[in-house]
Amino acid sequence: MPDTPPGTRPDHGPWTGAAGRLTGLGVSQGRVAGPVVRMAGPPRLPAPRAVADPGAEAATVVKALGELAADLARRATSAQGEAAEILEALAMIADDPLLREEAEGKATGGLDAAHALDAAFAHHRDALAALGGYLAERAADLDDLKHRAVAFALGLPMPGLPSPGHPYVLVAEDLSPADTAGLGDDVLALITERGGPTSHTAILARGRGLPAVVACPEIAGVPDGTIVGVDGTTGEIAVGLSAEEAAEVRERDRAEKARLAASHGPGRTADGHPVKLLLNIGSAADLRPGAEGVGLFRTEFLFLDRTQAPSFEEQVAAYTEVFRQAETVIVRTLDAGTDKPLPFLGLPEETNPALGVRGLRVDRLLPEVLETQLDAIAEAARATGAQAWVMAPMVTTMGEASGFARRARAKGVTRVGVMVEVPAAALRARRLLQELDFLSIGTNDLAQYTFAADRQHSALADLLDPRQPALLELIAMCAEAGREAGKPVGVCGEAAGDPLLAPLLVGLGVTSLSMAPVCVPAVREALAGLTLAECRERARVALD
Amino acid sequence: MAHRTVAVASASGLHARPAKLFVQEAVRLGVPVTVRLGEKAVPAKSMLGVLSLGAVQGTEVTLEADGPGAEEALDALVSLLSRDLDAEEALDA
Repeated sequence: MPDTPPGTRPDHGPWTGAAGRLTGLGVSQGRVAGPVVRMAGPPRLPAPRAVADPGAEAATVVKALGELAADLARRATSAQGEAAEILEALAMIADDPLLREEAEGKATGGLDAAHALDAAFAHHRDALAALGGYLAERAADLDDLKHRAVAFALGLPMPGLPSPGHPYVLVAEDLSPADTAGLGDDVLALITERGGPTSHTAILARGRGLPAVVACPEIAGVPDGTIVGVDGTTGEIAVGLSAEEAAEVRERDRAEKARLAASHGPGRTADGHPVKLLLNIGSAADLRPGAEGVGLFRTEFLFLDRTQAPSFEEQVAAYTEVFRQAETVIVRTLDAGTDKPLPFLGLPEETNPALGVRGLRVDRLLPEVLETQLDAIAEAARATGAQAWVMAPMVTTMGEASGFARRARAKGVTRVGVMVEVPAAALRARRLLQELDFLSIGTNDLAQYTFAADRQHSALADLLDPRQPALLELIAMCAEAGREAGKPVGVCGEAAGDPLLAPLLVGLGVTSLSMAPVCVPAVREALAGLTLAECRERARVALD
Repeated sequence: MAHRTVAVASASGLHARPAKLFVQEAVRLGVPVTVRLGEKAVPAKSMLGVLSLGAVQGTEVTLEADGPGAEEALDALVSLLSRDLDAEEALDA
């Protein structure tokens, strides 16, 4: 199994076409196939021309922005939900008085209308990009508006979505919110050259259940009309399928969707061995029906942008909201550090943040943060009568684990555990479970620390493949310790939500799998198709 | 010159939907209002200006206005900023 190239599906044969295979970042699940159609590019800005009548240029600028705003507002009224909200916000930017004054000023100063618009948008774009984070991603919105405004000013056709008259796989350099909001039912999947997991393409594709692959620069070389297969889970694109192959992929996709839509109930293998299927959430808004509780409540997501520490009351309210809606919840205490900064912590910069003060280690510098959080969790649990399990991230030694357990129990928390993300903790799993009630294995970090390979490093992806025997052996050690102690040992992290890996983890002895809500049906069905003995056999082969 | 200082209550800060609602309200009120954060001052009816403040949840901003209707306009905008507009969205859904 470890020799199989990542992402191939042995049951369906390798995911590749006559012209080979491309790889990007899979950001929205599903597999479909169809012909590629590329989106019309932005208008080319001609060389600046000498202006005879600056007043006329300024008038053209105002007219172009007005038409752009009107066009967006019109599209907002025919769109719905999130798409409508986004279009409305874009219309307000096109209508922005600062932008208009600036572009008008540049035209009055002697630039032609197209260049005046280009310069004014560029200025605001750079200002947003410089702020970083969320606003830097919005900079792409301004580029898109700029292209449309310039096209209006030059009288060129609007850049935007093609309508070839048949279902197609949409390919673009990147997709703006204005593009994705207008996507029709004829779009089968999205492939972009740029973009990341938090780009609009990714968010809207997931919302609509469209398979999507981003960050795939090689797709630029694939001509229009080529039939490709898109796997939005693995990020793989099979190039050059025949029409028959494409029809087969689409048929399988339909059958798969029907099968998953019918999936329900608790997680169990074909022979009835129970495996709890839990959710990874960042707040109550992420909760979905169909799972058996929350396996990872990432509390830091509530406070990401904060410059002041969240108060006790605020935390009680946030936790109560989740506890009211889910039967059992595993709360992870703040997992922040110099690699995932929470501004209110004010931690100093480090030269090697992955190996620095993060997770529970923050408690060495700021003990009051954990004190307040444990108080708030205990209070919310008392108020709701919920079963709150609490675990600490990035625990390395028995000393850290027992110190955390003592403090949590003193606050009235009845179930205390830790995340296993560091090999040192996995090696001592048996000892840890003498004082703790459960373990939860974070496979992403455990792989990073076991193979000494940065999680974000695109050139080391093979070292982070969770099917490697060394990682599986550490997981098996934890599961075995759990079995001996009669205590739960779960996996949260990407591996738990992968329908190919989930049976393997169960075969290793893991008792629960925690994943993004969208992954639950496929994992449930994968487990239901195998007996426990078959899962164990997969684990045995993988460990070999 | 009337002015009020208020902490942004929305979870996503003065971005995205909360920014949109704020600017829409400022446009609707029709009274020129300035939003000040430290050295930066932008018109409340400018979406780009408001976004460029980079205000997150808990950031304190000062609203200023002059002339007839200034007090009422400031009251309306302050009351909008002191609500968690993201949470209200969740309730709507």
